[in-house]
Amino acid sequence: MKAIVSVKRVVDYNVRIQVKPDGSGVVTDGVKMSMNPFDEIAMEEAVRLKEKGKITEIIAVTIGGAKNEETLRTALAFGATKAIHIKDEGEVQPLTAARALAAVFKKEGASLLIAGKQAIDDDANQTGQMVAALLDIAQATFAGKVDVDGNKATVVREVDAGLETLEVDLPAVITADLRLNEPRYLKLPDIMKAKRIPIEATTLADLGVTAAAAVKTVKTVPPPSRSKGVMVKTVDDLVAALKAKGLA
Amino acid sequence: MSKILVIAEHAEGKLNAGTAKVLAAATQIGGEVTVLVLAADGAAVAAEAAKLAGVAKVVVADNAALAAPVAANLAPAIVELAAGYSHVLFPGTTFGKDLAPRVAAKLGVPQISDVMAVHSASSFDRPIYAGNAITTVEAPAGTVVATVRLASFTAVAATGSAAVEKASVSVTAATHTRYVKLEAQKSARPDLQSAAKVVSGGRALGSSENFKVIYDFADKIGAGVGASRAAVDSGYVPNDMQVGQTGKIIAPELYFAIGISGAIQHLAGIKDARTIVAINKDAEAPIFEVADIGLVGDLFTVVPELTAKL
Repeated sequence: MKAIVSVKRVVDYNVRIQVKPDGSGVVTDGVKMSMNPFDEIAMEEAVRLKEKGKITEIIAVTIGGAKNEETLRTALAFGATKAIHIKDEGEVQPLTAARALAAVFKKEGASLLIAGKQAIDDDANQTGQMVAALLDIAQATFAGKVDVDGNKATVVREVDAGLETLEVDLPAVITADLRLNEPRYLKLPDIMKAKRIPIEATTLADLGVTAAAAVKTVKTVPPPSRSKGVMVKTVDDLVAALKAKGLA
Repeated sequence: MSKILVIAEHAEGKLNAGTAKVLAAATQIGGEVTVLVLAADGAAVAAEAAKLAGVAKVVVADNAALAAPVAANLAPAIVELAAGYSHVLFPGTTFGKDLAPRVAAKLGVPQISDVMAVHSASSFDRPIYAGNAITTVEAPAGTVVATVRLASFTAVAATGSAAVEKASVSVTAATHTRYVKLEAQKSARPDLQSAAKVVSGGRALGSSENFKVIYDFADKIGAGVGASRAAVDSGYVPNDMQVGQTGKIIAPELYFAIGISGAIQHLAGIKDARTIVAINKDAEAPIFEVADIGLVGDLFTVVPELTAKL
């Protein structure tokens, strides 16, 4: 049984991002890039399912320019058995990405797509659900716990009201939330070994995918900053400050 | 003129408070606003929605397949009823985030996530990078499918009296998905996402027993209770109390961050709070950079004293 894990290269989560002064976007040149943290969790979950014998193959897929190969190398070091690079130098938005992933899913005869619930750059939180819609298969988003048993998966989802349990038949899409697992540290030998594994290259055109109409970004600005507050020394001062604002 | 379809979120026969905030966004877009209630029996929810200001009509589609909030069943029903609408809006909750992309993909249109400001029927602001940058985006031609960031809008008043219409949808429940259960944390305290006051505790609480100091304070001032990711990950409190980019994004009048250092992740969830009060023993904690009022001290002495004096 094959699982596909979609992985995205994003600005590392530790980087304090800078908005370009001309409003054209966020500075990414010379900035540390990493695999989207939610995708790392998705990779880890796939590897654990493989270790438990629930799945046999893990195909890591990324979409983007030449540098995205690094992200696939990371996925291979995690334990992906195959890597597919959908090469595209432009901005690939969620619906187009979903069309491409759905095409790969069908071509590979996969049973499971495990994706991060969102990428920490555009924070869209769309692609996994869109793949499920395009393939007309089950989806279990924001997974906090996944059990695969033969041809079905039981997923505990982290929803606003608490924990929701869904049972889905495979094929299905599962998106990983933060608490699904703690990704392992990659070992140097695994990282070295991953460098020698060939990566399969393809394109949107090869997959028969047409890009969806795009949402246009007009400008990007920093968020409004909060004005500097006051420091108080005692609880009495705090109570007085709250009273002054009409809050106590 | 825009024709806007707002998807109602509801549970146990009650309309989710977020719907009134989605309506605020819909009102800013302008045009005729319809609320769609999908349920097994949506009469009570529809009656609630009909009272919200700015609603032209409520459409209620009762269908046994829609008893549970399963996106694979709700999405085809929405697609069926969305014909003729220029906009389909969802609350930016886990319900809306799960469902909206499934609808957008079926309609073959992109989705705009987390609308935080409306410039026109097709131009919106939305946050990226956990709110560390704000983009203005323009939707392409076609139906606009969007989720609305609830913390950015003030709920419309319950002063309306819209007509309720019944509609039928032909969906049958997908056999591939079975809704098993929801384990909800029952609480007598105000709901985090709509509370005017919220008190959150962080890792410095040290244990779930110690969280009592937070609960006692919250109960004294009638506040909802939240927590940082660190407190949730440490097992002090359940996950649905998490405030932050990956938890709940809230906009109370008054927010107390107690024993919370103020990771970017947490700050992204409280940026819209009117007044932020931080109590932390580390004077260098980043939470003080965004706090309106800061107090450096040991929370285990400061908070009980504050509870007694407020």
